[in-house]
Amino acid sequence: MADAILAEGLVKRYGAVVALDGLDLAVPEGTIMGLLGPNGAGKTTAVRVLTTLLEFDGGNASVAGLDVVKGARELRRKIGLSGQYAAVDENLTGFENLDMVGRLYHLGKQPSRDRARELLERFDLVEAADRPVKGYSGGMRRRLDLAAALVAKPVVLFLDEPTTGLDPRSRLGMWDVIEELVAGGTTVLLTTQYLEEADRLADKIAVIDHGRVIAEGTSDQLKAQVGGERLELTVASARDVALTKAALAPLAIADISVDERGNHVIVPVSGGADVLVEAVRLLDGEAIKVLDVGLRRPTLDDVFLTLTGRAAEEDLTDGESGA
Amino acid sequence: MTLTLPPRTPMASRSLVQRFRWVVSDTWNVASRDLIHWVRQPVRIFSSVMYPVVSILIFGYVFGNAVMVASGGWNYREFLMPGLFGQSVVLGVGVTLVAIAEDTHRGVNSRFRSMPMSSTGFLAGRSAADLLNSTLDIAVLMVCGLAVGWEWRLGFGNVLAAFGLLLLLRFAMIWLGIFLGLVIKPENTSVVWTILLPLTMFSDTFVSPQTMPHWMGVISEWNPLSATVGAIRGLFGNPGWGGDSWVAQHSLLMAVVWPLAITAVFWPLAVRRYRSLS
Repeated sequence: MADAILAEGLVKRYGAVVALDGLDLAVPEGTIMGLLGPNGAGKTTAVRVLTTLLEFDGGNASVAGLDVVKGARELRRKIGLSGQYAAVDENLTGFENLDMVGRLYHLGKQPSRDRARELLERFDLVEAADRPVKGYSGGMRRRLDLAAALVAKPVVLFLDEPTTGLDPRSRLGMWDVIEELVAGGTTVLLTTQYLEEADRLADKIAVIDHGRVIAEGTSDQLKAQVGGERLELTVASARDVALTKAALAPLAIADISVDERGNHVIVPVSGGADVLVEAVRLLDGEAIKVLDVGLRRPTLDDVFLTLTGRAAEEDLTDGESGA
Repeated sequence: MTLTLPPRTPMASRSLVQRFRWVVSDTWNVASRDLIHWVRQPVRIFSSVMYPVVSILIFGYVFGNAVMVASGGWNYREFLMPGLFGQSVVLGVGVTLVAIAEDTHRGVNSRFRSMPMSSTGFLAGRSAADLLNSTLDIAVLMVCGLAVGWEWRLGFGNVLAAFGLLLLLRFAMIWLGIFLGLVIKPENTSVVWTILLPLTMFSDTFVSPQTMPHWMGVISEWNPLSATVGAIRGLFGNPGWGGDSWVAQHSLLMAVVWPLAITAVFWPLAVRRYRSLS
């Protein structure tokens, strides 16, 4: 399968700041690549380079088989971009926005109108179609912005943080729309700071930090990198910790760790829910007061923490919301 | 000697025609978007009508009566109106700038630039809309002027010529405005107004530069706005202040040279900035 997006060693500097530091990326046709990273990691810069909006200092990139510099003019017919800000016109109605985009893509008068109506229907905006966008909710604006990116039926779609700032309900709505879209065979590059968003939508995830890809793979592959499942227990006192360690030793597939507060025990295990049942049975025979016990599977948060030494969302204000 | 030229392929010429048609249609689409903005925002229409009325009241009557006494009795408002025409044209920089800065901030420009439309089409659309707005502004001002005793005395051809000079200056201000709008963050646009308004006063719009301190008078005489205002006063047959410096004597020439020079500098800068916007 050919790569719809191919970037090799992309470098972009802003004065002394290196926004892209040798970024490599390959996205096969018809798949969704999630570009995951914290604020300032270089996600948006990468998207702007790949959508011909930004000149860069080194490396090369092609999208849909066209060089992003030499083939920029031709490429713009084949891509769609939906950005962090809903780039729709406040004073125009939803219909007028899409119709204008169609005409600017030179689709022709009647085809532009038809396409606008079709997209409004698909994105559940028919009722609001003839109202100025000013009165739209955040979720409606994003849907309209996404619709605008789809007017010319792009073969490659760039979604730059499509759900940032949306409430959980609208976010779920956007996810449904995006999933449906990719079922139609469009190649998508999706940037996000939300780990669960990448987890749910992307076929493959590239974790990006300081302008370069630091890990790449499917969600499962990345999770495997930080190890498998583990049991996490909180016990009532430090005395119980030693007893717990001894009792659960038969289940551990690696060293049992104890956190600094002294009453939190982490046991690397494998075998899923059965292990949890077994652990409870083992502890039942001892005089241990267990406050909390659970089986934890690694999340992409763990992946990020392991790879970068810091949490993905630590410098974000709205990073906690989600579905 | 035979000269062979490569035959011009009909394909190439067709694509050139096609490209031209697209620029025209892009221009129209972008311009009509801006015109819809005006229709949808009655406040903007209200302010563009109120501006001339209030200006004429303030400068023509609040200050004007004092000036009229000092000038020995000639009608100050006849001197004033061409100044107000010129001022409204220069203040148009702010209108262009705010619109461009907002589009950039909202990501609208990024969307346009990621599409196969021509940058010429986008910028030309912006200019067309702004020129049309200014035409209406000046027309409203003229009607208000006629109501307070201003008139043109030298024929309709001169009126058209004066109108042309005003739009020429507005055209230069559009490119200055586009460039500044691409450079300035939207939250800083208010600064532009505080600079712009005084700049329209260090000129011959309201009073003769000869009444100012010498250094200020020189700056005012060389202000591009003074050239346009001086020139249209001549074209309308309205009283001027009759300066005897070179620049005051050649206001008609400078009313053409200044806008062309400003356009020559800021057009390429604006286009370059738009294309490499980051």
